[in-house]
Amino acid sequence: MQEKKCFFLTFFNKSGIFIGMNKKNADILKILKGGYKEGFSIDISAVQAPKGLSEEIVRFISAQKNEPNWLLDFRLKAFRQWQKMPEPHWLKGEYAPIDYQDIYYYSAPDRKEKPKSLDEIDPKIRETYDKLGIPLKEQEVLSGVAVDAVFDSVSVATTYSKALKEKGILFCPISEAVREYPDLVKEYLGSVVPYTDNFFACLNSAVFSDGSFVYIPKGVKCPMELSSYFRINAKNTGQFERTLIIAEEDSVLSYLEGCTAPQRDENQLHAAIVEIIVKDRADVKYSTVQNWYPGDENGKGGIYNFVTKRGLVLNDAHLSWTQVETGSAITWKYPSCILKGDNAKGEFYSVAMTNHYQQADTGTKMIHLGKNTTSTIVSKGISAGKSSNTYRGLVRMSGTAQNARNISRCDSLLIGGNCGAHTIPVMKNENKTAIIEHEATTSKISEEQLFYAQQRGLNKEEAVSLIVNGFCREVMKRLPLEFAIEAQKLIGIQLEGSVG
Amino acid sequence: MSAFLEIKDLHAKVGDKEILKGVNLTIESGKVMAIMGPNGCGKSTLSAVITGNPTYQVTGGSILFKGKDLLKMTPDERANAGVFLAFQRPTELPGVSMAQLLKAALNAKRTFLKEKPLDAVQFMKHLKVRATALGITDEMLKRSVNVGFSGGEKKRLETFQMAVLEPDFCILDEMDSGLDVDALKVVGGAISVMREEKRSFMIITHHDDLLRYVAPDKVAIMRDGKILQVGDKELVAKVEEKGYDNF
Repeated sequence: MQEKKCFFLTFFNKSGIFIGMNKKNADILKILKGGYKEGFSIDISAVQAPKGLSEEIVRFISAQKNEPNWLLDFRLKAFRQWQKMPEPHWLKGEYAPIDYQDIYYYSAPDRKEKPKSLDEIDPKIRETYDKLGIPLKEQEVLSGVAVDAVFDSVSVATTYSKALKEKGILFCPISEAVREYPDLVKEYLGSVVPYTDNFFACLNSAVFSDGSFVYIPKGVKCPMELSSYFRINAKNTGQFERTLIIAEEDSVLSYLEGCTAPQRDENQLHAAIVEIIVKDRADVKYSTVQNWYPGDENGKGGIYNFVTKRGLVLNDAHLSWTQVETGSAITWKYPSCILKGDNAKGEFYSVAMTNHYQQADTGTKMIHLGKNTTSTIVSKGISAGKSSNTYRGLVRMSGTAQNARNISRCDSLLIGGNCGAHTIPVMKNENKTAIIEHEATTSKISEEQLFYAQQRGLNKEEAVSLIVNGFCREVMKRLPLEFAIEAQKLIGIQLEGSVG
Repeated sequence: MSAFLEIKDLHAKVGDKEILKGVNLTIESGKVMAIMGPNGCGKSTLSAVITGNPTYQVTGGSILFKGKDLLKMTPDERANAGVFLAFQRPTELPGVSMAQLLKAALNAKRTFLKEKPLDAVQFMKHLKVRATALGITDEMLKRSVNVGFSGGEKKRLETFQMAVLEPDFCILDEMDSGLDVDALKVVGGAISVMREEKRSFMIITHHDDLLRYVAPDKVAIMRDGKILQVGDKELVAKVEEKGYDNF
């Protein structure tokens, strides 16, 4: 992993928020200043499937991508299964019924061949990235982060793959992996999240557009943090990413996922799958900053984010999920660990921030199967406005999980009197030697805290932002530095207007 | 020229209870004013009202600070104009380190004064010199503000914040309660070092502990929401000898 040393308290902005100093961050911050500033879109004539979902559409998607028959079969099986499944509605929240026939399931930038270098990328697309503050060229030079950028549904650029290839690391769009490394994809696709898993996972399996594929060979430590930026762009296009990460024995990987989306009136459906296989003694850290368009302050628009993320963790292996969820109108997301191997370790660190009419129902599942498996859950929920914020978690100690151990802590912070915070922890202990611990707190920012910070010279918004970031510190400090900066800034932005 | 601080006929209440009942007080530039009075006389309320604590409602009177109408300013505007309060019971800010708070505070003030924010190196230097002088360790700077500190440590940290922010007007609310002799010396020493022509202090206390280390220029006796008498430092001895009942 790339060392990013940072002198204690070296980089704080005037709100006392930890920030970094590289140019990319400066660009991001410039854009993120004040309000949801990512509400722009550009016109790129998309190759698009007609609206609606049918077997023909599934075949169209597969044909567009020149996929092999086994993958078409996988999609078709999933589609047939999906037709039989009811849409789940157990999340704590409400939304109008989704018309699955009123959604486009495929769109691609109008291009025939993949660009060989960044210079070949459509200038309009590059302009969008510039607006987002992620100029790829600069990223290449400055940040040392290899980026697999998903624009609409097809990947348009992959950097650093050459440097990675020298170590035997594969990092590419999953559509490319299907062509180049079909055996790997065939073996692992759907192995952690089967297409029958749940309604949205099933939908994704039928129509997934693109996403990232990562393979770290045995004993290899990935020399840089791998990062993927996702972005919804074409109107009414459901976005169905599919990410597959395979970490062979004794390998080490840190993966970053970040999302931004342009402002839209229509609700947009987003149903992604992330599957991770963590083999013996491997160590994978998966970090997310999620900033999909949350809808306006009256609850109009915004992304529906129904995500299935799961990792299979084998002997002495370690999987850590860190997420900062600030966006989306609806978040339905439970990054989970199946602790199958002995001594496997799973972690879930989460900040979920909701404002206005946002609804977040998020948490994790820790399934302990192996002996001496351990899991840690730290969830920080912040609700403001009229939003609803739910932690939902499952900790299961199976009969085989001798001496397994879980510690969970769920803290909720309420801002104002019209929001809701809920904690729904489910614990199933089928093993006498296993121990589950759960703690939960709910608090408010007190007048005393606000006054104290204001007396030191911070205005009310800066004071709230400082206090909220303090509340999340335990989770934030687990993010790679540049992500932590972006995440703290996003939380500040999300809080705007929530302070009376 | 207007006075440094001029309070006229100040009335304030919390809920329906009137606590300040016509406070008149003038503090001159470069002076140390001790406010002495029995518990419940309104001393702490006076400091809260000067700094704009929203718990208290001002029902009449005025506070002019270097000619500015403080009552029209928000708490942070007052702070950035140079009014500082060392709290009697400082509030906890979990997850926020002292260094983080001070960097934010210092740069908020510099922005307010249209000065450039300090860079990390300048800030660290500014912080370290004062931390060393007040016996504040690196560990204390990294820990969450006021979380898990002893009463004496909290008071020292309040004094430290005052030294870092270098305000023109320092209000110290009951800084001597719960302080041992060594800590009193540190706090008293810090005030003595900071005394200068353009800076004034208001030391709120109900006994003479801190005043043994900081000689006040003037002493005001407060009772029942009013200032009864303003005199020189001999008043301190009089209070210690005879109590407040004789005022």
